Amino acid sequence: MKILVPIAKVPDTTSRIAFIDNNTKFNPDGVTFIMNPTDEWYAVVRAIELKEKQGGEVVVIHIGLADSDSVIRKALALGADRAIRVDADPTDAYFVAAQIAAQAKEGAFDLIITGKETIDYNSFEVGGMIAELLDWPAVAQVSKLEIENGVATLKREVEGGTETVEVKLPMVVGAEKDMAIARIPNMKGIMSAKGKPVAVVPATDDVKLTVIANYALPDKAKQIKYISPDNVGELVRLLHEEAKVI
Amino acid sequence: MAVLSFVEIADGKIKKASVEAAYYGSKVAESLGTESVAVVLGTADAATLATLGEVGVKKVLHANDARFNNFDSKLYTKLIAEAATTAGAKVIVASFNPNGKLVSSRLSVRLKAGYVPGAVELPVFTGNELVVKKNVYSGKAAAHYKVATDVKIISVNPNSLSPVRTAGATAAVEAFAPSVADSDFTIVVKSVDKITGTIPLTEAELVVSAGRGLKGPENWGMIEELAKEMGAATACSRPVSDVDWRPHHEHVGQTGLTIRPNLYIAIGISGAIQHLAGVNGSKVIVVINTDSEAPFFKAADYGIVGDAFQVVPKLIEEYKKFKAAH
Ligand SMILES: Cc1cc2nc3c(=O)[nH]c(=O)nc-3n(C[C@H](O)[C@H](O)[C@H](O)COP(=O)(O)OP(=O)(O)OC[C@H]3O[C@@H](n4cnc5c(N)ncnc54)[C@H](O)[C@@H]3O)c2cc1C
Ligand SMILES: Nc1ncnc2c1ncn2[C@@H]1O[C@H](COP(=O)(O)O)[C@@H](O)[C@H]1O
Repeated sequence: MKILVPIAKVPDTTSRIAFIDNNTKFNPDGVTFIMNPTDEWYAVVRAIELKEKQGGEVVVIHIGLADSDSVIRKALALGADRAIRVDADPTDAYFVAAQIAAQAKEGAFDLIITGKETIDYNSFEVGGMIAELLDWPAVAQVSKLEIENGVATLKREVEGGTETVEVKLPMVVGAEKDMAIARIPNMKGIMSAKGKPVAVVPATDDVKLTVIANYALPDKAKQIKYISPDNVGELVRLLHEEAKVI
Repeated sequence: MAVLSFVEIADGKIKKASVEAAYYGSKVAESLGTESVAVVLGTADAATLATLGEVGVKKVLHANDARFNNFDSKLYTKLIAEAATTAGAKVIVASFNPNGKLVSSRLSVRLKAGYVPGAVELPVFTGNELVVKKNVYSGKAAAHYKVATDVKIISVNPNSLSPVRTAGATAAVEAFAPSVADSDFTIVVKSVDKITGTIPLTEAELVVSAGRGLKGPENWGMIEELAKEMGAATACSRPVSDVDWRPHHEHVGQTGLTIRPNLYIAIGISGAIQHLAGVNGSKVIVVINTDSEAPFFKAADYGIVGDAFQVVPKLIEEYKKFKAAH
């Protein structure tokens, strides 16, 4: 089985968020970039587990510039066999998905596992777009994934519970918590990652459907109102009369 | 021309998030001077669907077919695209919930339509261009997305706006019979495991959440009681579900669920950034913590510096009084 795992690069959650160029660009100064958590902890690890069990190949793909190398090396150190980097700035989800779909077609993959959503744009767009570009089924919010005889059995989150569904491969899966237990690369993995191939390819096209006009930071820090623990009734009154949420 | 909203049914009722999407669609239609149309897939009661009129929907395209009862992103994308053609939709609106996200992104490709995921405000149109705001960086900033494609798609962040209802207004429910082939069905549902008797966290307007400050699972009785009194869902921090004090589906944060209720009450939770990432989209946050330096207070609207074991029982008491009086 050939599995393709798209991995994104995002600022660490603890990063201070700031913008430059008239609030049109993210300010990367002093920011640590990491592999998107759900990609690393669940998508990459589950793909490797499936390969360990049933053989095949795990390929990670990343749309990004040369400074993404550490993110790609980490995926290889965790056990992915090789990587593809499409050398372009990932500014629009459709653009990113089109690059991944093009590579997926070429590589004849059986399964694509994406993360749940990136922690910078919080969208879950890319997975659905890849699926539509390939005309494949897609299931998101998946917390369990088993494959047998070309059929995937998945547990998906639905409002107020879970559903177990079956889908014939090829398909796109959006991974979320519980799909796998996060791993830490070991010394052997880190050493072998250095020798694994990373193909750097140009973008196939340049179609974009959206533009981010600008960013904005919240107006000001929230003004908190303190209520004495001896006057809890006041909290209830404020929630009703002032905040109007009860 | 029209604005089409994708409306979902669960347990015979219109999902709350879908009512918001339909209302959003109606507001967009109003600003464009066109009609608000909704599409519903699967069996549903026509009288229930007609109530979408209360949030401004004029017409409901209803594919009343049991084969569409289970969500299947590939199938639904095809059906909604057909409904969009039928209605002549220039803007498609869905909820930014699991199903809405997936069909919106697929529709974006199918219709070559620019898509804004998780809008938190109504869009502004200038000619054929739309600009709308969405939250990014786990709620630490916002971005204004610009879309200029012929068809545009927006998914609406739950709890971003409160639908204004016109009591008694009804929508016309029309049969919608899309063409489907066996090969359009890609998902077989084997079993459903609903957590019964509780309010699903992602749908809840009020959430009572607690963390390690509660000391042990035996102390959750008062949290559940408060939630029950308020009609709220319960949530927890990650360490609490990691050690099985609470079930995993209650864990909110960067690695758990992202929720945006109207009210989030955090009890004995320090407010680590990874926790905040899942809840800082909440409209109002109340923090109850013994430590006045707890980082959560920086993200809170109301705070009580105090011991949960004293404050929560009082809060239950006060809430009961409030309920009795209102
Ligand atoms: C990569 C990563 C991802 C993570 N993802 C998540 C996530 O998704 N969700 C999440 O929640 N965490 C997540 N965490 C963990 C997070 O960093 C914090 O460790 C966690 O949120 C702390 O949980 P807590 O607030 O319940 O516990 P603590 O940090 O131990 O805080 C307990 C609080 O209770 C207060 N307290 C004590 N006694 C009382 C009392 N009697 N009355 C009132 N208050 C009291 C204390 O003052 C303290 O503030 C993640 C961490 C990492 C590194
Ligand atoms: N630049 C990228 N390169 C490769 N994969 C990506 C990229 N951006 C997003 N993805 C994948 O798409 C998923 C959803 O991202 P998003 O739609 O941006 O929330 C991520 O979890 C990744 O698996």
